[in-house]
Amino acid sequence: MRVQGKQNIWKEYQKEIADDKYFYVRSCVRQNFFPGSEVTFLRILREVLGKNIFEHPCHTTCTGIGYHGDIVPFDTLMTIVARQFSLMTESGFENFVPSCITSFGIYTEVLDTWEHFPEAEEKVRNYLKKATGREFKIPGNLAHASDIIYKFRKEIAAKSKFKLINRNTGMPLKVVEHIGCHYAKMFPDKGVGGAEYPYVLTGMVEEWGGEVIDYPERRHCCGFGFRQYLVQANRGYSLACSYKKFESMAPYKPDIIITNCPGCPMFLDRWQYVINEMEGKKYGENGQGIPVFTYEEVAGLVLGYNPWDIGLQMHQISCEPVLDKIGIPYDIESKYKV
Amino acid sequence: MKSSKKVVTIGGGIAGMEASSFLAAMGYDVTLLEKAGELGGHLAKWEKLFPTMRLGKEVLNFLSQGIYENVKVLCNAFIERIDRELDDFRIYLADGKVLEANAILVTTGYDLFDARKKEEYGYGIYDNVITSADLEEFFSSGKEIRTASGKTPASVGFVHCVGSRDQKIGNVYCSKVCCVTAVKQSIELKEKLSDVKIFCFYMDMRMYGMHFEALYKEAQEKWGVQFIRGRVSEACENSDGSILVKVEDTLAGRPMRLTVDMLVLMVGFVPSEGTKKIGNMLNLEFGPNRFFKTRDQHVLTNVSNVKGVFFAGACTAPKEITHAITDARAAASTIASYLEQNSVEKRTI
Repeated sequence: MRVQGKQNIWKEYQKEIADDKYFYVRSCVRQNFFPGSEVTFLRILREVLGKNIFEHPCHTTCTGIGYHGDIVPFDTLMTIVARQFSLMTESGFENFVPSCITSFGIYTEVLDTWEHFPEAEEKVRNYLKKATGREFKIPGNLAHASDIIYKFRKEIAAKSKFKLINRNTGMPLKVVEHIGCHYAKMFPDKGVGGAEYPYVLTGMVEEWGGEVIDYPERRHCCGFGFRQYLVQANRGYSLACSYKKFESMAPYKPDIIITNCPGCPMFLDRWQYVINEMEGKKYGENGQGIPVFTYEEVAGLVLGYNPWDIGLQMHQISCEPVLDKIGIPYDIESKYKV
Repeated sequence: MKSSKKVVTIGGGIAGMEASSFLAAMGYDVTLLEKAGELGGHLAKWEKLFPTMRLGKEVLNFLSQGIYENVKVLCNAFIERIDRELDDFRIYLADGKVLEANAILVTTGYDLFDARKKEEYGYGIYDNVITSADLEEFFSSGKEIRTASGKTPASVGFVHCVGSRDQKIGNVYCSKVCCVTAVKQSIELKEKLSDVKIFCFYMDMRMYGMHFEALYKEAQEKWGVQFIRGRVSEACENSDGSILVKVEDTLAGRPMRLTVDMLVLMVGFVPSEGTKKIGNMLNLEFGPNRFFKTRDQHVLTNVSNVKGVFFAGACTAPKEITHAITDARAAASTIASYLEQNSVEKRTI
């Protein structure tokens, strides 16, 4: 494999990412799945990077899950997106930062629709005005939260207390990165590095000392895929997708999986337990699973945050073997203390 | 009969050589400009030609026999500017030469599609993903066919329509030669490596030329090449460097994955850089596919929108060798009609 070839593609897919004054919108599922991630993101931006980031108490789901589950019509979705933008406008911000990959895809899709069909934007402005009396401006900049961390990956590295390096061998940790389907597959030029060889997570991993591994099913869906899981009869397919990825990555012996999307860490984490129950199979070292982290959790770890403050106790697959490998101290007694 | 009228041909590939030969034979003062160091264009790089398996150099040798003293050949020629003076032209070259022409024939040909733009196939990233031009280089050089790690490939996949008939990439046209080239190269591979398994992934097999169908049949019946109807969605690299191909077999109606030791991308035609440059210099019209637009698609296929400027070869559309040669001869007679103001020149449509 020639890295130079990937680097040439990465150069072509660079996007503008605002450097301060962010309007943050949360994911509707992450706070249940891995609640420490968004907290860690806000903490890093405010305490480490000194950025102005604001979240409005009245913001809602983008309805992406309902949209991709075929129960929310596109006009409804666009009007809800318009309302989110109106909150941003009211608050005096113009740099819109969704926490969720699906939301990022939704906002990108809606903005692209409005760019190509201005009559659709006009219609939605009327809907919003009639329903709520609100108005809005189009965001000056739309970046996913991981784009922000990517932008400041060097600053985070400069303040890091730990590297993604095996302290026993001195070798970089082998990292599987998974960006989530809606980050760049629909609009490759909106993702750092494009869709086929995305760089957003790779850039963080490389900067923080790890080594990303490429494996044949790297581009495959994690298994969430909305209808694959939300329609109960399809759940076998959801599991099969995750299984396919684990089988494909296993020969490369990854130390951790780093994810971008709210659904991916959930499914890649929990399905390992299910696969073990069904097949008696574990994919990590020493009869363990492969720990699955969000990028905010990994950023928090390299910055030296307490693993339990960033929510690693919420993961099915134990994080302790990787913490030991890096040399991050933790108090096992306080793992589940509130 | 020697004429005082001058024609400058821009591009020394198949069409440029053949048209220049015929124009010179008609007595015109012909100058053939070529930006490379020698004539022949893409033909010089192809070992054997479909459907006869004749050596490419035999055709090149035939074309060269027409380039005798009446054709002035200027290789390494870079055009800086072209000025129009009434019905005539002055062509300024980078080395200071200035040429006069009563007519210009543009034969700027094509470039091969840059396979790196189909990112999902991994050309330039995965060591064992190559293009049809790379494979031909193996054949021309006489090198052993080996994978990047030096192993004799046990299986090879050919992906048709790379950069052709592809809305996503912006090229919706058929490049015409790729299907039959894949058939030809499959047979050549089987001749060299009898045990190799070959899979061709195609959308449609466009076997339009005389004897193409027979070659396609031979590939299946004599050589056991497997043709799978379906477009490859992506290629990935396995840990041993082999290539995992994901494709839908649309005849079976099932997605499939298979591993090959080498994947060959059948790259199509795109308008050459020379076509863009000369077109802009002369204010020539481009068609929707970015090749030159001819005055009429049926009857004025060598005529441009600019008086005194004519086309031949693949600068107007993808063409195989046979078609490029006949097109060149047609262009020569069209230019002669123009220069002599024959009555056929006055027809309209």
